[in-house]
Amino acid sequence: MNMVRSHVLISIDAGTIMAGARAVEEALVKEIASQGLAEEIAVLETGSIGITGRGVVVVVYPEGIYYAGVTPNDVPELVEEHLLKGRPLKRLMLAEAPKRYVIKREKTGLLKEQPRVVLRNSGIINPESIDEYIAAQGYEAIAKALTSMTPEEVISEVKSSGLSGRGGASFPTGLKWEFARKAPDPEKYIICNADEGEPGTFKDRLILEGDPHKLIEGMLIAGYAVGAQKGFVYIRGEYTLSTERMEKAITEAKAYGLLGAHILDSDFSFDIFIMKGAGAYVCGEETALIESLEGRRGHPRNKPPYPVTEGLWGKPTIVNNVETLANIPEIIKNGATWFKAYGTEKCPGTKVYTILGHVATPGLIETEMGTTLRDIIYEYGGGIKEGKKFKGALVGGAAGAFLGPDMLDVQMDFVNLKEYAAVLGSGAILVMNEDASIVEMLKSVLHFFKHESCGHCVPCRLGTAQLVEIVDRLAAHEGKKEDLDKLLKISKVMRDTSFCPLGQSLYLPISSALKYFKDEILSHVKQAAS
Amino acid sequence: MAVENQCCCAKTNEAELYPELEKIITEHHGKPEDLIMVLHKAQNLFGYLPRKAQEMVAEGLGVSLNEVYGVITFYAFFSTVPKGRHSIKVCLGTSCYVRGGQRVIEKIKKELSLKVGGTTEDRRYSLDVVRCIGACGLSPAMLVDNDVYGRVKTTKLAEILERYE
Repeated sequence: MNMVRSHVLISIDAGTIMAGARAVEEALVKEIASQGLAEEIAVLETGSIGITGRGVVVVVYPEGIYYAGVTPNDVPELVEEHLLKGRPLKRLMLAEAPKRYVIKREKTGLLKEQPRVVLRNSGIINPESIDEYIAAQGYEAIAKALTSMTPEEVISEVKSSGLSGRGGASFPTGLKWEFARKAPDPEKYIICNADEGEPGTFKDRLILEGDPHKLIEGMLIAGYAVGAQKGFVYIRGEYTLSTERMEKAITEAKAYGLLGAHILDSDFSFDIFIMKGAGAYVCGEETALIESLEGRRGHPRNKPPYPVTEGLWGKPTIVNNVETLANIPEIIKNGATWFKAYGTEKCPGTKVYTILGHVATPGLIETEMGTTLRDIIYEYGGGIKEGKKFKGALVGGAAGAFLGPDMLDVQMDFVNLKEYAAVLGSGAILVMNEDASIVEMLKSVLHFFKHESCGHCVPCRLGTAQLVEIVDRLAAHEGKKEDLDKLLKISKVMRDTSFCPLGQSLYLPISSALKYFKDEILSHVKQAAS
Repeated sequence: MAVENQCCCAKTNEAELYPELEKIITEHHGKPEDLIMVLHKAQNLFGYLPRKAQEMVAEGLGVSLNEVYGVITFYAFFSTVPKGRHSIKVCLGTSCYVRGGQRVIEKIKKELSLKVGGTTEDRRYSLDVVRCIGACGLSPAMLVDNDVYGRVKTTKLAEILERYE
């Protein structure tokens, strides 16, 4: 075996491919070979490193130096300076390496670094190699579950970990599994909801692209726990690379006997199939997703019955978000107590966020539950861009809530935010500086909902149209005084009477915008001619 | 995968593609639950979903034409009208909206004298609006066929579009 002295990791995800990552990779391999370094330096592909919008990102280990915006033309200089002469190329170096750990704010005010949970492997291993996943303790959790735990013990471990659904609804995962386990029908299904459509969210994409085997392992454990034989991954139609990597991972897992009949020589058999979505936001709702999987229009179903008793083809079905399932192998491997060391008492674990908008370094991060918005923006996001002032943030995606400056120091987790009439939702954080217009933001949110309303129920179909009419008027500075009350009233009726969460959730962005930024919205009301 | 995503409508005569569709349908014969999957494949074949293809899919899978049409019109991915050889999809998700997605659309509309949802006369381009393609870190973003373009500048648009013959 060769002794490799340096590893050059290149991030291959949808964003970096666009920026030309493949060409840079090719140039790197060629240049390293022509300098005679091929024996001692390895170029490795990995998933997203968590930096977005900075072009092609390359990391050189063992030094852990990050280069961004690398082009094929930079490669000869990079190889000569750093890899041959050992002098990091300052011109392309990222001033500050991204924080690839979970921070904990101690009572003393000091920050402590902890390892990641969900994104443990993302941006480190090659997502297209099952061997690398196995080398990173992959598939140990399913082996442990199959050889030393009963399905009931698996469920009880997940229950006591306190893990709750990371897709936004935050339903206790273990409890959901228990319901499905107890449902009498012997035929059961596991669905992984990878129809990530919440504007501003791409955390699931980066898990799918960066660590697909973790998802397979999570689904296997879920299948074993509830007694299911089949699993489906419902992936957004737009996520081409995610679909490709997932397909490859499934094929490899099958070849290794980790999917199919008698997994690891046990009595447990499980298969996973991929279904491509076709572009409908409402399909993120679990019953709409099930309808779509059955080949129909994605209209939500009546609840109850809930999918845990009557889901796909009328059989007991678990629908779990990508991030939720990615937590499972770590919980089974390390135990519930280990998991609970992260996060808050009521909401243990970590959360993956996408931070966007007017921050210095937008990207994907993982931090523990309960981290404040201030720490997320200033510790991870590098603060507000160009030294401007923080105005507010839209937290939780389009169906989320606006938070003003007085919310910066509130502990963010699913339970605590509820007390402030806000949500974590999908974990999208869109940061706005002092120049951003709230009315324009609201306009974008409402237009989105009008477009995505499926038309099934009246309050949502008509409500979204009326809200759009009002907000367009306000955006044109032609608003009427009563418009503010109308926005609130219509969205409240929608919250109380809409059929599914799509129509119900608009009250949140509207009421929170009015709570924090009423004066600004009022300034869009047309002044009576004097 | 990559090959499957490339539409071949511009290269072949539509009538020649029906035997190909027949083959796809046979694989899913009598399975209504595969409808969306079959429509994905059919659209990859034709570039859109012509009436005759819809009828064949309905017949083969054992669902009514009405249901097939219902599904096609529900999902943003499917189209019943011919599209251009290259599809331009501009993102107007929250992040892109805030960072000038609308300006990108206006510019394309003006340059190509095209409406949203429309196709140019030479069938070179069609223009659509999409809601969030998960490239929010690169706002404003757009897709041309399967290529994502981020931080799109209106001054660079012509140069990008030129690449697609």
